Amino acid sequence: MTIASALEMALAAVVLGMAMWTIVARETFAAAVGFVVYGLLLALVWVRLDAVDVALTEAAIGGGLSGVLLLGAAARLRASETRAAAERPGGIMRLGAAALSATVAAAFGASVLLLPDAAPTLAPAAAANAVATGLGNPVTNVLMAFRATDTLLEKVVLLLALVGVWSLAPDRLWGGYPGARHQADPLGTLAFLARLLPPVGIVVGIYVVWAGANYPGGAFPGGTILAAMWLLVIMAGLTDTPTISSRRLRLVLIAGPGVFLVVGLGGLCVGTAFLAYPVAYAKPLIIAIEIAMTLTIAATLGLLVAGAPERSAGR
Amino acid sequence: MSAATVFGLCGAALAGLGLYGLIVNPQPLRKIVAFNLLGSGVFIIFGIVARRGAAAGFGADPVPQALVITGMVVAFSATALAVALLLRLFQTAGSVTLDADSPANMGTDSVDA
Amino acid sequence: MSLALDIVTITAVSAGAFFFLAGTVGLLRFPDTLTRLHALTKADNVGLGLVVLGLLPQAGSLRGGFKLICVWLLVLAAGATVSQLIARAALASGASGQQGHSTVRAAGDEGPPT
Repeated sequence: MTIASALEMALAAVVLGMAMWTIVARETFAAAVGFVVYGLLLALVWVRLDAVDVALTEAAIGGGLSGVLLLGAAARLRASETRAAAERPGGIMRLGAAALSATVAAAFGASVLLLPDAAPTLAPAAAANAVATGLGNPVTNVLMAFRATDTLLEKVVLLLALVGVWSLAPDRLWGGYPGARHQADPLGTLAFLARLLPPVGIVVGIYVVWAGANYPGGAFPGGTILAAMWLLVIMAGLTDTPTISSRRLRLVLIAGPGVFLVVGLGGLCVGTAFLAYPVAYAKPLIIAIEIAMTLTIAATLGLLVAGAPERSAGR
Repeated sequence: MSAATVFGLCGAALAGLGLYGLIVNPQPLRKIVAFNLLGSGVFIIFGIVARRGAAAGFGADPVPQALVITGMVVAFSATALAVALLLRLFQTAGSVTLDADSPANMGTDSVDA
Repeated sequence: MSLALDIVTITAVSAGAFFFLAGTVGLLRFPDTLTRLHALTKADNVGLGLVVLGLLPQAGSLRGGFKLICVWLLVLAAGATVSQLIARAALASGASGQQGHSTVRAAGDEGPPT
């Protein structure tokens, strides 16, 4: 038993402890806070599994943005706590649920322990084909070149979720401002942080996107950092959310999947297949797609957290 | 016990915990949190499959990692949509119960349009 | 030379870990919000600072060390702001058991949405 495996077991135990606390905590707000801590600890687990890109994405999206979303919702739903708590299921239901969960967990555990020893892997194939793009980060290669269709479709899924959130607005508020207007003392602490941090955050976000070509990073963590800076400025009341009918906003939202689709169709017309990059232009094309993707991801994630329109456009 | 096995079992336990929380917690927001726990447990199992596929100079197989990144973003967008639905339900019905027989869920056909 | 650097790393990171432990014990044992925030700042500022100081010899390049220091400064900024906001909210809601003086609120920030 080396020190490394002892630390890993300790980390796994702490992660399980946090997950258990999130399930059994009394208040929903406490459960949401526990979920944020759980997300950040999970990022450490990902680093131990040699998946640094995934760790960055988990810390940014799982810990950061999901946490903001859930904390905001928990604060707004505080009035419904007692009513919901009265509906706790009885002992038989809990026993049944516990038995089912234990069975599912045992099945997953057994499948983990029974994984074949000569693990099948696509890493040699990924390494062999890396010359097609000239990028140094294998995960970016997979995301942007080898499985680019998945990434394109994921962009569309993000857009669909946003349209779904927007469509929940009452008819008279369509085209209005998402979320409530945040007020903060313009000389106070939050406004100070919202003036201090975004320049640094924007640089860090752009760096993460740029470095994702050869080092861990990429459009997803970078776009999330940019979205977080935008949300910080909104929450400090220094700016307001754009109206959802704003043409510029909609152009930014479709820029990512749009550029991706255009490049893909170009591959069909000029090259051999949909999303085939000509080897000479692969790297500039991928970087152009990533820039458009980052803007779209930042805008979409920020608006998903901001929510459905709550104030009408003609204020 | 290698890192992959330890974290794999941890991921299996997380999936079980998430499922239990999803069934047992009556407050829908906590069901959403438990659903996210379930999802992250499954993602960890993807991660250990990636770790075990380390070859060709990489620390882990990059393909499952890319799948997990895509999955995390999609799971977040699903969570955001679910939370928006929940907040709208609270706004229209005044409570968040999913129980069909409760008075809040009967006779709320007049949606705030 | 590398042995000396390793000794510096181990000492500094252990000292940082001690401050983290002290901060966590404070978080769990102190009676109210304000005192718990006070304990947490020790973990944030001194604890993380010592850990970063201990990792600087292992950074391998000037850029790596600079990035570590930037991480520490960002955590300081975020931690200080959040502590202020939580403390004002606790004072205003009376959770701290102390009187919420109006002068403290007036100099502060996010009030109820008007």
